[in-house]
Amino acid sequence: MEDRTFWRLAKREFQRNILNVLALVTVLALVLIGILAPQLAPYEPNAANFQRILEPPSSDHWMGTDEVGRDVFSRILYGTRLSFTIGVLAVALGALVGVSIGLLSGYYGGTLDAVTMRIIDVLMSFPGILLAMLIATALGAGIVPVILAVAIYSVPTFARLARSSALSVKEREFVEAALAAGAGDTRIILKHVFVNSFGPIVVYATLLLGGAILTAAALSFLGVGVPPPTAEWGAMISTGRSHMRFAPHVVLFPGLAIFITVLAFNVLGDTLRDMLDSKV
Amino acid sequence: MLVYTAKRLLAGIPVILGVVTLVFLSMYFAPGDPVELLIPADSMGSAGEELVQQLRVKYGLDQPLHVQYFTYLQRVISFDLGESIRSGTSVAGELLQRYPATVELAVASLILGTIIGIPLGIVSAVNRNRLLDKASVGVSLLGISIPNFWLGLLLMLLFSLRLGWLPPSGRVAGFWTLEGLQHLIMPMVTLAIGTTGILTRLTRSAMLDVLGEDYIRTARAKGLREQTVIYRHAFRNALIPVVTVLGLQFGALLAGAVITESVFAWPGIGRYMILGIQGRDFPVVQGGVLFISVSFVLVNLLVDLFYALIDPRIVYS
Repeated sequence: MEDRTFWRLAKREFQRNILNVLALVTVLALVLIGILAPQLAPYEPNAANFQRILEPPSSDHWMGTDEVGRDVFSRILYGTRLSFTIGVLAVALGALVGVSIGLLSGYYGGTLDAVTMRIIDVLMSFPGILLAMLIATALGAGIVPVILAVAIYSVPTFARLARSSALSVKEREFVEAALAAGAGDTRIILKHVFVNSFGPIVVYATLLLGGAILTAAALSFLGVGVPPPTAEWGAMISTGRSHMRFAPHVVLFPGLAIFITVLAFNVLGDTLRDMLDSKV
Repeated sequence: MLVYTAKRLLAGIPVILGVVTLVFLSMYFAPGDPVELLIPADSMGSAGEELVQQLRVKYGLDQPLHVQYFTYLQRVISFDLGESIRSGTSVAGELLQRYPATVELAVASLILGTIIGIPLGIVSAVNRNRLLDKASVGVSLLGISIPNFWLGLLLMLLFSLRLGWLPPSGRVAGFWTLEGLQHLIMPMVTLAIGTTGILTRLTRSAMLDVLGEDYIRTARAKGLREQTVIYRHAFRNALIPVVTVLGLQFGALLAGAVITESVFAWPGIGRYMILGIQGRDFPVVQGGVLFISVSFVLVNLLVDLFYALIDPRIVYS
């Protein structure tokens, strides 16, 4: 997409609806929070204080304390950093593998395409979170297994997206011209096919980022993701649920953090998709 | 139609085989010896060589990989999904016993999601860019963004723990009874919220596509009432992709039920799998994933066949 076109479309979409602006601001704010968590957090995320367990929000602890007296607000700030790290790495890894497979499969076609798409069909036959659960159970709890589980779960859709773009772009005249000029396959795939597929991939990656953060939180909630005492939003809800009757804040605030993050990415992803549709 | 049906059924077989293969290979995802996944949790760390060897023989891990694979295939075909490490009970037996509870929850959630999502999508499309449309789009976005495990806990906190209107957990068989329905409401709403959001967005999108078609313009030009145009012409054609997604959503709900069952201690397959995860009971997790995934593939096949019934162009294309 030409720079001028991109910025014109962006300006139109963001002016059209204030929610789009709010979503962008929210995402940027969350990124900053993640980066500056150590500076912003008033307490260490794992600093327990058994004198002040399950306290409600107060001037000392803006979001209260949890079952071992840790500051919930600080843990949410650190959790932002962890959630974004997991989400970005998982989506990036999924995109790298999925897009590569899809571009090669779509460009070369033939047996490679047939075999690859059957494997992708099988991966897509695992509904939702199940594949991620199976992988995370096999690999054990931890940040790396969660990243791998969520990445593998996103590979099929990236592959299909990239393949679909490759199939349509490879028949275009500029690709034919490049071939006639003696360009090699690698150059054509990277410089023409991939570049023209970039828009839909970015839109999907943005939409998936929210989903990846949600999936990682769900895995931690189920006990097969990031284990306690790490400050992870899903794990905080999991450990806090048995206390929520008298201390609902231990479940309320981490859940709100997940909700706002996922909502912001979904709105941003929708905005990017509308921009792409307008361009088309 | 028969030829199309046969083709779709045949196409489903390699996919099911692929699912079974991937589930079989999942034991090898973990670094190290796969037999470690089969050691009971209370024997971990102290498991002697004798126990390890016994487990290897019991689960056929001393055989070459291809022999293990074909043995696994044979067992799956005869519906033998192994035994729970924790309880020693048959995994297949437990799954079959719990399946009705999961199906009840998934069907109830699908019905609720449909009753709310489709009309909301129609209203949204017909009132495009007006307040009703923006509100519907907003509600659907909230629906697909909210973590359902969090929503479930909030509903439990409000309606059970604070107000005491509904029981916090468990299931009473028979949703047609008051007690059964009371137990079903919160898990059903929790699971339905995502489906409602998806169906609203999809119905809106499908209706907008159809409302732009020439035959709709013709219907209006003929002087038909707007209600007739919307429901008799537009909605019927918009329904085709929506029905397809409804079927796919059922499969997704079977998987989504895993989390909801965990929140509400609903005695379905999902809860059984979660207990398996927490107890490192790998055969349970493996069996549960296989069971739900194959159900998902079969549901997708049925959706393809149903789609061909309502849109005959598919058969001839």
